[in-house]
Amino acid sequence: MSSTDIHPAAIAPASSAYAPAIVPLRHPWRNAAVALVLLLLALLLYAVATNPEFQWPLVGHYLFNELILAGVGVTLLLTLLIMCLSCVGGTVVALMLVSRSRLLSVPARWFVWFFRGTPALVQLIFWYNLAVLFKHVGLYIPGLGTVFSVKTNDLITPFVAAVIALSLQESGYMAEIVRNGLKSVHRGQAEAALCLGMNPALLMRRIVLPQAMRVIIPPTGNETISLLKTTSLVSTIAVGDLLYSAQSIYARTFETIPLLLVVSIWYLAIVSLMSVGQRYLERHFSRDEAAR
Amino acid sequence: MSHFQRFGVDPDHMVHATGVRKSFGSLEVLKGVDLAVRKGSVACIIGPSGSGKSTFLRCINHLEEINEGLLLVDGDFVGYRLHDDKLHELPASAICRRRAEIGMVFQHFNLFPHMTVLENIIEAPLRVRGDPPAKAREAALQLLEQVGLQAKRDAYPRQLSGGQQQRVAIARALAMRPKLILFDEPTSALDPELVGEVLEVMKQLARGGMTMVVVTHEIGFAREVADELVFMDGGVVVEKGDPRQMIANPVSPRTREFLARVR
Repeated sequence: MSSTDIHPAAIAPASSAYAPAIVPLRHPWRNAAVALVLLLLALLLYAVATNPEFQWPLVGHYLFNELILAGVGVTLLLTLLIMCLSCVGGTVVALMLVSRSRLLSVPARWFVWFFRGTPALVQLIFWYNLAVLFKHVGLYIPGLGTVFSVKTNDLITPFVAAVIALSLQESGYMAEIVRNGLKSVHRGQAEAALCLGMNPALLMRRIVLPQAMRVIIPPTGNETISLLKTTSLVSTIAVGDLLYSAQSIYARTFETIPLLLVVSIWYLAIVSLMSVGQRYLERHFSRDEAAR
Repeated sequence: MSHFQRFGVDPDHMVHATGVRKSFGSLEVLKGVDLAVRKGSVACIIGPSGSGKSTFLRCINHLEEINEGLLLVDGDFVGYRLHDDKLHELPASAICRRRAEIGMVFQHFNLFPHMTVLENIIEAPLRVRGDPPAKAREAALQLLEQVGLQAKRDAYPRQLSGGQQQRVAIARALAMRPKLILFDEPTSALDPELVGEVLEVMKQLARGGMTMVVVTHEIGFAREVADELVFMDGGVVVEKGDPRQMIANPVSPRTREFLARVR
């Protein structure tokens, strides 16, 4: 077909200017890249599906194993508990960080420096071995004597050591995240609230924190996902989390690969669920931005 | 407590300032401000930027602490308690109670972006004064009608024009039924065509007998509405008086120079 087939008046009516058709740019290299990626993906899937060493039937067998499910429960409990504690701890430290009193802000800065600066695994083993430093934990009041005292080893079980160590570390990260969020709220917001007679606590709860949440939530979601996987470190101090449960099975049966696949599937499933939750939270705290 | 008598202040003064000084570090911004604003009157403060007019306004409701001088609102200190002839700083919660009686409207509106127009207005009546929700809502809708924005009650601030936002901010301040409203350059951040609607609401307030202290560059508004025009420069009140007279025949050469520049 050529342009002569069409009557000139049909292309260019007297009232408007002549408008030639638009031909989109072709992307031959992009198409080649897509083809290459698809090819590699197909090869990988083929290798994974046909290699009997993956032992897929065993993966299915262990996926809902009682011990594994108990491990999932412990991992979730650890993540939830540590995240809750470090949200509170992080907010307290963040409020100290932004305090006008240096007696509060300087110790807070040290806290963040120390707990962000040492590896989680080191802190974990350190708390686990607290009994080496302090044989007993108790309350001693001069003049009254010892009010109560317990053996450190009775108090600091592996689970407690894990919660304390990871909460302290996570609080250090959360403090920085919350501080950033607080900083992102314009000063005029606090002034407007003060001028309406709001006291500092009300102003923080109703005006500053809800606005800071938009800045706080995305990195907190990241932290939660990262924490979920960091909790696998507790397997080193014999807390029965997901990884530890899998390890205890394959130590007996030597079915290492299928059990590690089971562990990965569970972590991926939990992370996927968390991402959905995060999206809902983000939407909740930016309702005004959704409004048009 | 009222200290009108003790300091020999006319009980008709809503704001009474004598010798107010304020420094930020080594920079002295207010160098002894004397000013009185009568109840039910409108005072407009004009002056070049850096003259201390906004700082003075922020001292009135104790957003800034003064370093020296006497500053009374309705015969009382906003941020202090007089005891043994000394001014003791009040805890934040007590200052907030007193501040609730002094409204403030800002240059950049400072509406709460995460709340709708209606929520912005009822927030303080609900949570500071403890009004029942139905009553707070009804009062808020009435105020919105007064500023001509009933239709926008469920909109978020970012969906409004600057002029509409400032009118909501005025309604929000009025919701606390203040005895005094401070305006800090309320039209300076607005597009020229939106200035009029905000000034109209302010005029209506002035006619209703509200005591207002307005820092502004709108000489026309000052001439029409103000009971007293105050010219500040270099941290002091240079000249004050009847707005028409002062605009027509400024006494101080600094006032004359400033007025010539802004007109």
